[in-house]
Amino acid sequence: MKFMKSILAGTVATAALTGTAMAQDCPIKVGVLHSLSGTMAISETTLKDTMEMLVAKQNEAGGVLGCDLEAVVVDPASDWPLFAEKARELLTVHDVDVIFGNWTSVSRKSVLPVIEELNGLLFYPVQYEGEESSKNVFYTGAAPNQQAIPATDYFLEELGVEKFALLGTDYVYPRTTNNILESYLQEKGIAEEDIFVNYTPFGHSDWSKIVADVVALGADGKKVGVISTINGDANVGFYKELAAAGISSQDIPVVAFSVGEEELSGLDTTNLVGHLAAWNYFMSADTDANEQFIADWHEFIGDDSRVTNDPMEAHYIGFNMWVNAVEDAGTTEVDAVRDAMYGQEFPNLTGGTAVMNVNHHLSKPVLIGEILEDGQFDIISQTEEVPGDAWTDYLPESAVLVSDWKDLGCGMYNTETETCVQIKSNY
Amino acid sequence: MNRSFIGRNPSILIFLLVLAIFTIGVTFMSEAFGAGMISTSFVKTLGKTLCLALVAVAMDLIWGYAGILSLGHFAFFGLGGYMIGMWLMYERTREIVESSMMEAPIPPTEQEIVDGIGNQIFGVVGSSEFPAVWAFADSLVLQLALVVLVPGLLAFVFGWLAFRSRVTGVYLSILTQAMTLALSLYLFQNDSGLRGNNGLSGLQNLPGLDDVSQDYVSMWFFWGSALALALGYVFAAWIVSGKFGSVIRGIRDNEARVRFLGYSVEGYKLFLFTVTAMIAGIAGALYYPQAGIINPAEIAPIASIYLAVWVAIGGRGRLYGAVIGAVFVSLVSTYFTGGQAPDINLGFYTIQWVDWWTILLGLSFVLVTLFAPQGIGGLFDLVSGRHHPDRHGADLGPDHGSLREEEAEE
Amino acid sequence: MLKRLLVIVLAAVCLATLAKAQDAATQATDDLGPMQQVLQEHADLIVESSRRTIGPAIDAVANSGLEAAQTVLEVWQARDMYQRIEDGLFFAAEETGDDIFTLTDFDTGVVVGEVPDDALEQIKPNSGIRSLIGTALVSFQLNDPDRAKRDEAISSLERRGNAELLTPLRNSIDGEPDPALKERKMRVERLMTITYDPDEDARIEAIEEMAGDLGVDVRATLNPLVATTIRVFPDGNVPADLNIAREVEPGSEELPVAEAYEMLDGPPMVSSDDLRATLQDNIVDGRVGGIPVAELFDPERREAAYGALVDAGTIPPRPTAEEAAQAVEDATFVAVYAEPNPAITAAANRALGKIDTNVGLNQFLDLGLDALSLGSIYFLAAIGLAITFGVMGVINMAHGEFIMMGAYTGYVVQQIIPNHTASIIVAIPLAFAVTFAAGVAMERLVIRWLYNRPLETLLATFGISIALQQLAKNIFGTQARPLTSPDWLGGSVVLNDVVSISTVRIAIFVLALVFLCVFLFIMKRTRLGLETRAVTQNPGMAGAMGINPGRVNMLTFGLGSGIAGIAGVAIGLYAQVTSEIGQAYIVQSFMTVVVGGVGNIWGTLLGAGLIGALHKGIEWFNPSNTLAAQTYMIIFIIIFIQFRPRGIIALKGRAAGD
Repeated sequence: MKFMKSILAGTVATAALTGTAMAQDCPIKVGVLHSLSGTMAISETTLKDTMEMLVAKQNEAGGVLGCDLEAVVVDPASDWPLFAEKARELLTVHDVDVIFGNWTSVSRKSVLPVIEELNGLLFYPVQYEGEESSKNVFYTGAAPNQQAIPATDYFLEELGVEKFALLGTDYVYPRTTNNILESYLQEKGIAEEDIFVNYTPFGHSDWSKIVADVVALGADGKKVGVISTINGDANVGFYKELAAAGISSQDIPVVAFSVGEEELSGLDTTNLVGHLAAWNYFMSADTDANEQFIADWHEFIGDDSRVTNDPMEAHYIGFNMWVNAVEDAGTTEVDAVRDAMYGQEFPNLTGGTAVMNVNHHLSKPVLIGEILEDGQFDIISQTEEVPGDAWTDYLPESAVLVSDWKDLGCGMYNTETETCVQIKSNY
Repeated sequence: MNRSFIGRNPSILIFLLVLAIFTIGVTFMSEAFGAGMISTSFVKTLGKTLCLALVAVAMDLIWGYAGILSLGHFAFFGLGGYMIGMWLMYERTREIVESSMMEAPIPPTEQEIVDGIGNQIFGVVGSSEFPAVWAFADSLVLQLALVVLVPGLLAFVFGWLAFRSRVTGVYLSILTQAMTLALSLYLFQNDSGLRGNNGLSGLQNLPGLDDVSQDYVSMWFFWGSALALALGYVFAAWIVSGKFGSVIRGIRDNEARVRFLGYSVEGYKLFLFTVTAMIAGIAGALYYPQAGIINPAEIAPIASIYLAVWVAIGGRGRLYGAVIGAVFVSLVSTYFTGGQAPDINLGFYTIQWVDWWTILLGLSFVLVTLFAPQGIGGLFDLVSGRHHPDRHGADLGPDHGSLREEEAEE
Repeated sequence: MLKRLLVIVLAAVCLATLAKAQDAATQATDDLGPMQQVLQEHADLIVESSRRTIGPAIDAVANSGLEAAQTVLEVWQARDMYQRIEDGLFFAAEETGDDIFTLTDFDTGVVVGEVPDDALEQIKPNSGIRSLIGTALVSFQLNDPDRAKRDEAISSLERRGNAELLTPLRNSIDGEPDPALKERKMRVERLMTITYDPDEDARIEAIEEMAGDLGVDVRATLNPLVATTIRVFPDGNVPADLNIAREVEPGSEELPVAEAYEMLDGPPMVSSDDLRATLQDNIVDGRVGGIPVAELFDPERREAAYGALVDAGTIPPRPTAEEAAQAVEDATFVAVYAEPNPAITAAANRALGKIDTNVGLNQFLDLGLDALSLGSIYFLAAIGLAITFGVMGVINMAHGEFIMMGAYTGYVVQQIIPNHTASIIVAIPLAFAVTFAAGVAMERLVIRWLYNRPLETLLATFGISIALQQLAKNIFGTQARPLTSPDWLGGSVVLNDVVSISTVRIAIFVLALVFLCVFLFIMKRTRLGLETRAVTQNPGMAGAMGINPGRVNMLTFGLGSGIAGIAGVAIGLYAQVTSEIGQAYIVQSFMTVVVGGVGNIWGTLLGAGLIGALHKGIEWFNPSNTLAAQTYMIIFIIIFIQFRPRGIIALKGRAAGD
């Protein structure tokens, strides 16, 4: 029994220690909520490093409001409930002023109630499915209309695709995105039977049947294109099977929304050459700012072979906008910073200027790239800045909704009944 | 048989006393009711740990006492969470939808409200219709009943099928693991109607209690978990103390002999399997509102194996062993994977605990199995002077590690 | 008069300015070659590089009649055309140094000079434009002496033909020296005849010739001919000159009543949302049609309010459900072919009917092949387990991690030996050695202490499993690592357009068969096998006969682990190498062994076959949800085991143990 008591005493003591940590005005604390272990670690660790680099650079440049910045890094270990716990810890124990974090939509949904309850501020850097608007979250990644819709337009207009295979991993982002795309394609005059939808589990490897099904789609003489929201490792098997079936990107082009430089860096890309990806940023973008960013990154990480990718740019823009907003507001207080965020401008790494809109989404250009042998992308199309849309226009329930936190003070405003559906976001 | 139930099991009193002291201690150090030395997020962690201890007690009953290594009890735990999560989610969304629709010029019809709720809940997975499994989601009483009924029913059907065809030992373990895998894969599908990979979220916000801060809500759940653990522990101790307990231990040690003595082995096993599944369901229903989100990854087979690991490290065949194992391993895991443990610099290589903790856990588990089959609980035997019966020849039962208290006292 | 003068003067001024502009333009382009002039004329389109607008530019180059046309198109298609930024001229460019490009003039074919890359803008035609260029190149390349270019031309035709190319194609067939290309040309000619030949008989003849052919291209040619659209004739008078496929019954799945009604252009039906919106627009003093707003939560009161509004003449009446049904009833709905000629559609339908039967049969065959392939993968993953679990009765949860170790061994070998064929040849024995050693170590250190406690073996090996998995993550990272198969394993064996199977899968199948034979040989024909069987049945007695049970157990376990390692290399070749690769197979492998019957290799084979066939079968029923196939397969197995707890092939008598 004594042993047990000592354990209890020990845990209480630990708790007491963590509980007494005091908040101070200086340094300004920046929370970093990215998984450093577990399945998402490979993607998210890079973002943690990016944040540390950005904080270090900002401190070199004199910090913010005369204070140094301090990055508080926690590890939610790819465990969704743990994200909520760690977010609470960041906000209540470490008293951070802003959080940069999350990758998967599930983890974001897990964190939302905590952030909203404690009035925190989260910058979310990854492309996502939209259909959400939180007062406390700034979405610096692409909404569907900044990635999926332009890519589909490209398929329709530039490649003349008439029949679509929407292949995705079975989770929320592909589900919602494919739902939006189905609705959008039907609006564009593609018949329902010309859209083939398939979901596979994470890490799926047996692609022969699905690839055969996709090939068979061409039987009615229409050009087939694949829109892939397949996530992570499963892509390897998919592209391998596609290549084994002798299908080139000329026959059946594939555009992927979850395959970027980081994902390609570990792969043998010979099977993938010519296939497409749509992002708001490619490492191959030819601008001075991008060159500088890549050089800084290589210097910080100490490895010239490391690549940069789209979510990194999203953090870069998000962080700099936050710094500017804090300078403008003269305080790190969340409400003041949020007001100062609207209309913030910051140059993109790919050229042009990103603008923060009142729906907490950015205006960013959409880029489409063809995969090259060396794992980089050849940018073959770049649009003007597209404002991100929290609620898609292509689903009937969402088309009537707008998000405007500045004037309407509501993230889910029904323009038909002219009422605010809810202040908190849905999770 | 003239001594009272408590009298025969002094460990129950000690356990309850420790639990009470712990609960009161945490209460006085919490942000809501005391000095604020323990942050709300840590209160939640402690509350969740108590729930894990409860499911570990259930696991100990079925494995430590009946010798059935079930790799499915975390699935029952998750099902309980899903059942309560459905009501929490439905009710909270209903409040939001109703209040917003009431502001419209024309009051909503019931159908419109239901559609609105459906749209809110399933909009995330690109649907808006209520699947059939949500039929009772509007009633707290029914969903609370389902917390025990659904895991209980699944366990009953599965157990009936499995025990009846005399599937035992490792075969049963593999079969329960397959069941867990099938259930988690099923829940991963959006067609299952429980929001697929997204799961149910926002569960920490209790409907109608928007004004109450999480500081208080977390304490309520902490008390609830402590109470459930106390009741569960006493119930489990009561079950294993009487004749019933002797029979199931008999089944563990030699199933055929018990059957030849005329006992309905299948009946005993089925009863225990179902009851422990229900306890696991209750534990899950208390756990997930504290965690805030439940999704199918929680149910994956690995979680159930970890449950077995806790019980094994804590010590099988003794209820407090299960509690100690669950509390100790899950808190230590939190400490190491939380990045709080300092890295060890060996000069040529820096050991980061985030990376190496799992390896340490896996290896320590092998060592416990090989060298200390009685787990941490075995330490109490050293204190109390009990010792394992010194048997000659082969092991009597499949479970060498579990202590037979009766024999030890003789 | 004055007006006219003004007009003339204005016109003159205009002309003068125009001429001046023209002058400037010609002056700038005078010294350019003719091809450069053509390109300059369409410079904007070429730079814009969009499939929708590029047409005129490609046509201009292709129809320029210049010798350079083919070169320009080929260079353009290969993305080697660059625009010099300072003067906007187009060149073929080739990177000859570090960021240094050598420019070649299109008209003269002379090297113009070397420039750094920032003075150039690459023209990047996307794949849509590239295929348009490909089509434009066809007439140049059909008779090209270079075989590769002729091949290219045929490929372009296969992707996208047009009516004008039919004659050049026919003319080129006779002169084609290469038999393979000639065959392809003849096939494309038949297909293009079906689509583009103006002569009806020729088309029907071609259709009949292709009947029963399994090619996707044939179906792709025939299906557009029989594509239909649904048209409505409200009064029932269908014009006689339409090529009608059939009459469509409203209310069928093809045409729900609501959709049919929408086609009729009648007054629209009012949905419940519309109804609410209408009511909302007509709120007067808190009442709608005399009914208080507060009562409108009741659908019946809403209907009543709507009725009152209609009665008051505020809004137009809406059609009732009966009226709508009547209107649909009165109208005639027909499916009309886009192709006006009934003889053609009839021929196409006949041909497609034949093809469909054929395709159905072949799809079944393909499904069977897929199932066989999946079964052999499961078998390969499970065969090591059939030894450790099936023969020795040891539950090894780390079996999946042995598969993983094998796969990573393959990856590491490939890093050291770049030649893919050689690396695979080295990797297979090495993987066996590595996992054999790991297996022996594990047996010696852990498992032999636990032979009487199977449940604890399960837990201990699980501990090893998570440790090994994390170790692999620490060493190799969580990202998938490539294990590339050699080229001779890269393709696939194609029977026809429906039935094909990738070579890697065939290799895995063969490997599975080899291991089956190896297993049988070792167990039935060698001393080790004999000893293993003896030790498994009665270790004490075996020991008394002079067999060392410890040594036999160690070797047998090592053998099972080693085979798992080789399976890892094979699985890595067809899928991806991650630290979780073993997890994906462990439950299925145990299932395979248990379903088949423990202790019998034939049972494992049957189990793998059954699971593979089942998996593919369920997937066939529900192709859009792969997860469902896995779920239902496991549920089926659980139920199967209830009825045959000892598997398909149950050991009888003493061998059955317990």
